[in-house]
Amino acid sequence: MLYDQALPLILALIAAAAAGLVGAFALMKRTILAGDVMSHIAIPGLGLALLWKINPLFGAGLTLLLGILIIWQLQKKTSLTTEAVIGVIFASSVALGALLINSTEELIDALFGGFGKLSSAEFWFGSLVSLFIIFALWQLRHKLILTLFSPDLAASAKVNVDRVNLWFLLLFGLAILVSLRFLGALLVGSLIIIPAATARQLTHSLNRFLVLSSLLGIVAMVLGYLIASTYSLELGATVVVVATGLFILSLLKPHR
Amino acid sequence: MDKILNVSNLGVTLDGKQVLKNLSFDLERGSTLAIIGPNGSGKTVLLKSLLGILPHSGKTAWAPDARVSYVPQKIDADIHLPMTAKNLISAKADVQNIKDSDVNDIISRLKISSAVLNTPIGHLSGGQFQKALIAFAMVGKPNVILFDEPTASLDQLAEEHVYDLMHELKTKDGISIILVSHELSIVYRYADQVLCLNREGICFGPPEQALTSEMISKLYSPDHALHHHGQHE
Repeated sequence: MLYDQALPLILALIAAAAAGLVGAFALMKRTILAGDVMSHIAIPGLGLALLWKINPLFGAGLTLLLGILIIWQLQKKTSLTTEAVIGVIFASSVALGALLINSTEELIDALFGGFGKLSSAEFWFGSLVSLFIIFALWQLRHKLILTLFSPDLAASAKVNVDRVNLWFLLLFGLAILVSLRFLGALLVGSLIIIPAATARQLTHSLNRFLVLSSLLGIVAMVLGYLIASTYSLELGATVVVVATGLFILSLLKPHR
Repeated sequence: MDKILNVSNLGVTLDGKQVLKNLSFDLERGSTLAIIGPNGSGKTVLLKSLLGILPHSGKTAWAPDARVSYVPQKIDADIHLPMTAKNLISAKADVQNIKDSDVNDIISRLKISSAVLNTPIGHLSGGQFQKALIAFAMVGKPNVILFDEPTASLDQLAEEHVYDLMHELKTKDGISIILVSHELSIVYRYADQVLCLNREGICFGPPEQALTSEMISKLYSPDHALHHHGQHE
């Protein structure tokens, strides 16, 4: 019994740490909008998985990968049409997903999280992917920092800006995928962005910002988990409300 | 003399518009080449082509031992980034496997205080920020540095400081320099060669010979200015 409860919590913690770290870079890179769109692209994938009776995360992973490649291509161009296309993908994914998923209960799961019992294969997959995200971001951090500061300067320092951007989007997509079970497609973006926004309020130091963003993701997840299980609330919604509460508290910090 | 860069028949087309065409010139090792031209004449585009950031036709051949760095005109980065000059310089040093001691040498040579190094970039003055960008460029021991209007947003004192430093890099370290500038006095003072640019090369040579008053009025003629008005580089 304890084992049944402990595994999801452990996975939730590692996934939240990965989401917080991804969020810190996404905030600095200003790719929040693209990230929100990406999580919505998972919805038709979840629908397809239900239709084909395969693991929902597999279906979500498939459409996420497609979304990543589209956004990566769009980022190379800097025109107004980019925002328009992102807007179209955003809306059409939700619509397409809703059409594909014709059971209300399953649609609610897709949007707000909770896909049945966690299998041990899913536990190991989620944990290893989350650890990989953290490790890869740490390895990539200097290139990411140069790229988000100035792509031209990064290129002059022999950084392959295109490849760094693709790697970041892939890690972003993976972070969405592993947290999707807990928060669902509508809310998963907030686990990525709210801890980062909170951490940004609290520090001007780069390293502290990265660590704090990750820690705040964990804190929101743990508190959310405890509150949700104590009062039988929806996990995803509770985590997001807790994260938002922490953000509001961070606003109280006096600024220099 | 030994050439560190040979450009021949360079052309750049962006969004279907020809921004540079038929451009040919050389950079001699250890010399300073100034590039002048009106707004929209393609100066920044030229630097980015030389850095290999922009796709182009024709040839930009660097000598095999060329290590090229870049000091940009301005950075579009969010000034609220939680990032210090130290973070940026360390990031580049890490990417290029440069030792900490080499980085410290650069910092002490440029006399950048640790207070400045550890200040978020958004809180630095224009002069401090420019100096940090020069320190960033010096990581990896470049033998060529491209300066894109390095003093555009600086007051006169800071401006002189940047040019003194640039001159010192040339005379003491033998670094070859390409300098984009608007100011003719700076060109006369520091450049060995000058390239007048208005989408194509209009003049090239030592400033005293190349920059005749006819050439300058041709380069900045109202025709050209009107033609290129409102275009950003």
